[in-house]
Amino acid sequence: MAAALDASEGLSLRRRASGALHRRPAARALLLLSPPAAWFVGLYLAALGVLFVSAFWRVDGFTGEVVHSWTLDNFRTLLSEPTYRTIALRTIGIAAAVTVTDAILALPFAYYAARVAPRRLSRALFVAVLLPLWTSYLVRVYAWRLILARDGILNWGLDHVGLGSLNVAYSNIAMWIVFSYIWLPFMIMPVWAAIERVPDSLLEASADMGARGFTTFRRVLLPLVLPGLAAGSIFTFSLTLGDFITPTLVGGAGSDFIGNVVYRSVGVANDVPFAAAFAVVPVVVMGAYLLLARRLGAFEAL
Amino acid sequence: MTTFLDKPSGPPAAIAITLAVLGLLISACGGSSGGGGGKASNLPTKIGRGEGQLNVIAWEGYTQPQWVKPFERQTGCQVHSKYAGSSDEMVTLMRQGGGSQYDLVSASGDASLRLIRGGNVKPVNVSLIPGWRDFIPQLKSPAHNTVDGKHYGVSLQWGPNTLLYNTSKVGGSPSSWSVLYDPRYRGQITVPDNPIQIADAALYLSKTQPSLGIKDPYELTDKQLGAAVDLLKRQRPLIKKYWALASDEIDLFKNGDAVVGASWPYQTITLQGDKVPVKDLIPREGATGWADTWMLSSRARHPNCAYMWMRWVSTPKVQAQQAISFGETPANTKACSFMDRIQKGACAKYHANAPATYFNSIRFWKTPVSDCGGGQTCTDYTEWQRRWTQVKG
Repeated sequence: MAAALDASEGLSLRRRASGALHRRPAARALLLLSPPAAWFVGLYLAALGVLFVSAFWRVDGFTGEVVHSWTLDNFRTLLSEPTYRTIALRTIGIAAAVTVTDAILALPFAYYAARVAPRRLSRALFVAVLLPLWTSYLVRVYAWRLILARDGILNWGLDHVGLGSLNVAYSNIAMWIVFSYIWLPFMIMPVWAAIERVPDSLLEASADMGARGFTTFRRVLLPLVLPGLAAGSIFTFSLTLGDFITPTLVGGAGSDFIGNVVYRSVGVANDVPFAAAFAVVPVVVMGAYLLLARRLGAFEAL
Repeated sequence: MTTFLDKPSGPPAAIAITLAVLGLLISACGGSSGGGGGKASNLPTKIGRGEGQLNVIAWEGYTQPQWVKPFERQTGCQVHSKYAGSSDEMVTLMRQGGGSQYDLVSASGDASLRLIRGGNVKPVNVSLIPGWRDFIPQLKSPAHNTVDGKHYGVSLQWGPNTLLYNTSKVGGSPSSWSVLYDPRYRGQITVPDNPIQIADAALYLSKTQPSLGIKDPYELTDKQLGAAVDLLKRQRPLIKKYWALASDEIDLFKNGDAVVGASWPYQTITLQGDKVPVKDLIPREGATGWADTWMLSSRARHPNCAYMWMRWVSTPKVQAQQAISFGETPANTKACSFMDRIQKGACAKYHANAPATYFNSIRFWKTPVSDCGGGQTCTDYTEWQRRWTQVKG
């Protein structure tokens, strides 16, 4: 008896709570949003804040302790030392090259998969694009290391067809190839989605009005797909910009990325403030890039 | 044109991307730094019960199953080792997280004094380590681990940094470090990614350009450092890759990407074991080298297991095993006969019975400091680190 009473009481309490939430949409939104918001503010924004603040501290070279006194020394070193400029420009340059390469590769592929391929093949392609993401990032990079090595599969193959051999292992070119491969799915997916959304009628209308294939592509399809391209480029650009593993594994003598300097500053030199100062650079670059991407409509495409 | 109605729609793609990106964005936060303000506590007079765990920072190849497994069986101390690629990394790892994360570190001479002065390691009672009595005299209380008569750890092994080359790709047999600066091997040279590498260039210059007046490769004036850095900058276009871990260099030689490089004997032995045609040598200009010490963290959480480990690796048999496995020279003189038992002629091959002159011929790693005696001012290690970044940039 008592148990049944408790249950009905619990039920009515639940009803009342749900009724109250139903009547107050603001309370409902608050309840739903507060956990992710707390996570976002607590972990993400606070971490960024600490990062930014510690960039103005310095390390006592003798004891390795962080000294909490304000100084601009870290930023001064960054600006005055040409090495760091080279590294920042290299990072941004390769991130841009990877983005352009992936865009060029993704466009025809996504067009074929979304509009030309029969449904069954299209599904198979969808799985094929995502399948590499099932394996570890490291496995894929190490695989490329074996492919590109001087005595690796690539040169073995080239040699067999009489094309001599390439010496691209451990170089910036190797990094460009590997990054382009690794981040390609992140470009294909948004472009695919964008191409799918373009109504056939627009392309037909373009053809009816006498535009050839390339003109239709340039004047109708490309502008409509641009937000998807911009969305994909956010992934390829930011992921390359923040990476330090691929440069370590397939990079050569002069292949340090911002991430490598940050990693070494923290893990080898024990200079967290300098690492924080250098880490501000990609944050600023990414901020500028996101503003640009928003203008191109990337966020509507997502 | 096909119809666009019955295609897989956008949402699954969007979800897939979101999931994939979320996975990638989960990143780890680095720990903040913190030195151990360890005070010299009273030395233990006996080794107590093991704590069941032991966390060590070691050079690659220093914690091989061959001698770790029997240790774990005997003592019940599970060994967790973290390989570090450079002395700088060792110092940083010992300082991070308040210094209690690791119990022991196999520090070389260029890290040991930094750890002692930073208060990151504490004195040990060498009378609890029976093997210590049989150490060669130079390594019982060397300046790099013994300060004011206090032993901050026990010596382990020592050896030279060698010149490694592929015998089928490098003609003749090189006898000078000059091959590392030879444009003939452009894009096929590899050297360690380590600021202390400047000393190798300085050692080479001390013989090839006596006018610079380099006496000690770790005590360089501004001008001498500049000359060494210039040499390394000229070397930079010839480099295939600066190796960070020994296994990197092994890969480079195995895949034919490098044919000549600065190395440790460990890589030579591993590569020869894999039937790669390589040889190593100490070139005529001499060599830099290392003398390593197992040092006890001032905040070690497993001090008993740490003492048991120091005792274990100082025994002649383990000293012999490690010496042959890595290709270095044991500190314990009694290891000689064990070495010959494991591998005929190993005692002589790895210099375990060599006279003191051999020991003295190696320029052991030490931390460059600004006060280099005689009222002279030298470049300190911070400066070396800065210049090394420039070399690589």
